[in-house]
Amino acid sequence: MKKVKILGSGCATCNQLVEAVKAVIAAEGINASVEKVEDIQQIMAYNVISTPALVVDEQVLCKGRVPSREEIKELLMAKPQGCCGSHGTKSSGGGSGCCC
Amino acid sequence: MKQGFRQQLPRAFGRENVQWLSGVAVGAVLWILLYRNLEWFASLSLYFSGITRANRFGEALYFFLYEVPKVLLLLTAVVFLMGVVHTFISAERTRALLSGRRTGVGNVMAATLGIVTPFCSCSAVPLFIGFLQAGVPLGVTFSFLIAAPMINEVALALLFGMFGWKVALLYSAMGIAVAIVAGMIIGKLQMERFLEEWVQKLQERVITPEVEGEVMSIHLRLREGLHHVRDIVGKVWLYIVLGVGLGAGIHGYVPENFMASLMGKSVWWSVPVAVLIGVPMYSNAAGILPVVEALLGKGAALGTVMAFMMSVIALSAPEMIILRKVLKPRLIAVFAGVVAAGIMLVGFVFNLVL
Repeated sequence: MKKVKILGSGCATCNQLVEAVKAVIAAEGINASVEKVEDIQQIMAYNVISTPALVVDEQVLCKGRVPSREEIKELLMAKPQGCCGSHGTKSSGGGSGCCC
Repeated sequence: MKQGFRQQLPRAFGRENVQWLSGVAVGAVLWILLYRNLEWFASLSLYFSGITRANRFGEALYFFLYEVPKVLLLLTAVVFLMGVVHTFISAERTRALLSGRRTGVGNVMAATLGIVTPFCSCSAVPLFIGFLQAGVPLGVTFSFLIAAPMINEVALALLFGMFGWKVALLYSAMGIAVAIVAGMIIGKLQMERFLEEWVQKLQERVITPEVEGEVMSIHLRLREGLHHVRDIVGKVWLYIVLGVGLGAGIHGYVPENFMASLMGKSVWWSVPVAVLIGVPMYSNAAGILPVVEALLGKGAALGTVMAFMMSVIALSAPEMIILRKVLKPRLIAVFAGVVAAGIMLVGFVFNLVL
């Protein structure tokens, strides 16, 4: 089972990412748990400075934006080796995601 | 893995990049054609609806039909460019650039980078801590935090579209000046001990910022620009319609110098009052625009209105509450006080010069 964490202070964009991830998991029948991390000290432990961030099995795969559903699907299905790591390196779309 | 990505690159370069680049070129030509013929379009639509410009209503409608597409076009262009720029500079890269910079140079760089770095006020706290951890001085971090929200692409495009490039340029220059000076003052005051204890502890565990070498082909960057347009323009277009509509509407109904006695140049106290009202308010640049338009249209002084707009965008009660997690009340008070004072000064200078 994959452990998915979404890091963010609980703003609109972060909730968007949570919803999107849950939808993808449900649609694809992926075996995964989703946890929302709002505590700032825990977020900092991942060395993330732009939220929301998507963490799968303790690896930060994407930060600072909400990736598209297809991209989330790819990230969740991929072998655990990290992939979009930096801002949009393996971007297949998705908003650049500022919330406010 | 990185190598595999590089190998894919030449192949990716061919067709998709050409397609995207030509798409953007076609878009740019269309954009210019539209932008050059806005008056013609406005007149044409007025003609077909059978309304003449002879009366007040017709004139207001013409103004609306001309102004809304103009502002939306400018916004689209600026937001697209900024979306592409964002793919070149991430918060991480900015952090690495600012790491270990001294007061002065560091503040100037931070304020300038604040304009082009993608920034969301929700991630203000992680960003703040991340900067400090990577050895970015406190004052330099503040310069970034002040400039980033205040001078954003939406504010610039709207000011440019509605009040001309001079006002937009003046706003940016003054915004950067406030961010630089306020950051330098906070740095000089050496307020590190007014960070929350756990933040001070984190600072001891200094990390070296790493920047991933980003390899990204052109069409992906352009696509990000397009996504940015969809995000931002999709969010703010309604405010623009409302703002311009209000601007067009009030011409006929509120006396021309209604605001002059309250917010005119001769009323010195209007600047501090405008800033005091603006500081706790929370709105983005698009949301505040209808108010700005209405005030200016009715004789309020430009400096006063500009100070109001800056204080609304740069400082807000929700932001203070978020920052309270990492800053002690004293530092928050100094931050808000210094920035508000800077904005007031900008307001006074504007009113004196213009």
